[in-house]
Amino acid sequence: MIVVRNLYKSFGDVKAVNGVSFEARDGEITGLLGPNGAGKTTTLRMLYSLLPPDGGEIRIDGLDPVHDAMEIKRTLGVVPDSRGLYTRLSARENIAYFGELHGMSKREIGERIEELTETLDMGDFIDRRTEGFSQGQRVKVAIARSMVHRPQTVLMDEPSNGLDVMSTRALREYIRSLRRAGQSVVLSTHIMQEVAALCDRIVIIAKGEVAADGTAEELLQRSGCDSLEDAFVKLIGTEEGLLA
Amino acid sequence: MRGLTTVFRKEVRENIRDRRALFNSLLLGPLLFPLLFVGMMWFLESAERERQEQTLELPVVGAEYAPSLIRFFEQQGVQIEPEPENPEALVQNQEEQVILRILPEYPEQWSLGLPAPVEVISDPSRQETNAAIRRVKMLLAAYGSQTASLRLQLRGVSPQLASPIMVRDVDLSTPKSRAILAVIFLPYVLMITAFTGATHLAMDTTAGEKERKSLEPLLINPVARWQIMTGKMITTTVFAMASLALTLVSFRIVLPYMPVGAFGMDLTLGVETLLRILLVISPVAILAAALLTLLASFAKSYREAQSYMGLVILIPMIPSLIFMANPIKAEAWMMNVPLFSQNILIGEIIRGEAVPMAWYGMSFASTMVIGLVLAVIAATLYNRPKLIFSGS
Repeated sequence: MIVVRNLYKSFGDVKAVNGVSFEARDGEITGLLGPNGAGKTTTLRMLYSLLPPDGGEIRIDGLDPVHDAMEIKRTLGVVPDSRGLYTRLSARENIAYFGELHGMSKREIGERIEELTETLDMGDFIDRRTEGFSQGQRVKVAIARSMVHRPQTVLMDEPSNGLDVMSTRALREYIRSLRRAGQSVVLSTHIMQEVAALCDRIVIIAKGEVAADGTAEELLQRSGCDSLEDAFVKLIGTEEGLLA
Repeated sequence: MRGLTTVFRKEVRENIRDRRALFNSLLLGPLLFPLLFVGMMWFLESAERERQEQTLELPVVGAEYAPSLIRFFEQQGVQIEPEPENPEALVQNQEEQVILRILPEYPEQWSLGLPAPVEVISDPSRQETNAAIRRVKMLLAAYGSQTASLRLQLRGVSPQLASPIMVRDVDLSTPKSRAILAVIFLPYVLMITAFTGATHLAMDTTAGEKERKSLEPLLINPVARWQIMTGKMITTTVFAMASLALTLVSFRIVLPYMPVGAFGMDLTLGVETLLRILLVISPVAILAAALLTLLASFAKSYREAQSYMGLVILIPMIPSLIFMANPIKAEAWMMNVPLFSQNILIGEIIRGEAVPMAWYGMSFASTMVIGLVLAVIAATLYNRPKLIFSGS
């Protein structure tokens, strides 16, 4: 369960996040939808305590990223915008490294990797060095290493970026399985179809502010439009940066 | 500390698989420098020997004025060449190394018992001709003093009157202290090796990690950033130390094949000497690892980091260059200056001089303190979000 109240962050004169508030409940997928540069990544970075907010409040299962950074990092699974792998290590070694950094035992890590290899269908390449991996294989490894410690809350920044149709389908299926397990998932995206296909709740962000917030039906109702796409354009008041 | 050791183990494993890291840290320094050193010595020695053993071919102008001088030269193994057209031009054009000219007034002066003029035409600014010039002048001096003795004896005077002073050399330098080249060269090589051994890793673990976009995911893990950075710096230090140790071992293997005799050098690096040198230089490895990591952390990419490194590699050269230009006597205060102190100490160890234990301590402590201060700064650098995200 994530609660964000009145979050602010600026870089110099640029107000990247300007009073953002939303909630993300357990057992739901929450989508942060907005054009490029709307402040989605900055908001997520404050959630996973890599950036300190200038103002406002964040609570993740009651913890504050500013004061309980280490605790928060233990409970979060994060797939950030940067998802570089160590190309001289195998996929298994990449995942195990993060498991060790989480303080897991060798046995725990081994079992968990077997499990994730099954779920994410990585059997063909789990013991290969990640040099030359396809985009889809890389994303799978990046997701696996962020999930190795069984986090309760999952944050994903544009997870389907650069994936082909098959990989995107597999990814969505995996995210749904997290919801079924009662976890709280927050993903940011600028792709309309992604939220429509996946998210229970949608938070539309534009120019660092929340333009609208609710389920897909609520958003349609509020805007009086027939399609989510029209609703989106109407609610943020521009077509700029929109990718359908 | 769990995070620190995890990072350390992973960096070691990853870099051992990296050909670039192995080449830079473990091959370049340890192989290149000793070979360069030995090659240089062979070249110097063989060039020197060649010049000494060569028959001196000496063109002489006006040989007819001094037949007995020419005979003396020939007896000494000099091959007299016929009179050239324009001697000055020949020397200037580097066609001849040295030419002897006997002036027309030579016979007259000689018979009057006055100094008879000869000219040695040469260009001493050309290093390679100096051996020939020296030989011609030595032969002239020998002929002169031989003639002087004869003249004095003819007049019933003891030739000893003409040499009022007798100079005897009492040479106190030991074969080890004559190992000048090695004394300058080895510290120089080791300083550079400490830095080159650390460079690649310092860049790869910071700027490289940023460039590959794996820094942000790494920092999301529940491990304090100083532990992550310290794990990286320890890896870098270990590689620099390995590079130094290998360089020393390779010097030890290579030294017996060196032309020692020519330089009067007795340079055997015993195991104890090697370990002592390694101990003296170890804080430099820490200093280098911390300094290079600190600098590379500011870079957005490996390439940008590389552009800083070009300048940094000059730092370990400074002390050696100063000592080469101006050899100064070792004093206690110098032990507080990193790089200088190691330079002096390694030189003294090679020369086999006894050095006060306190000097070792001062050198070790002062360099260590500076290295650790830099390491602390580097360890906290990624607490600034700006540096994590720069370039992304």
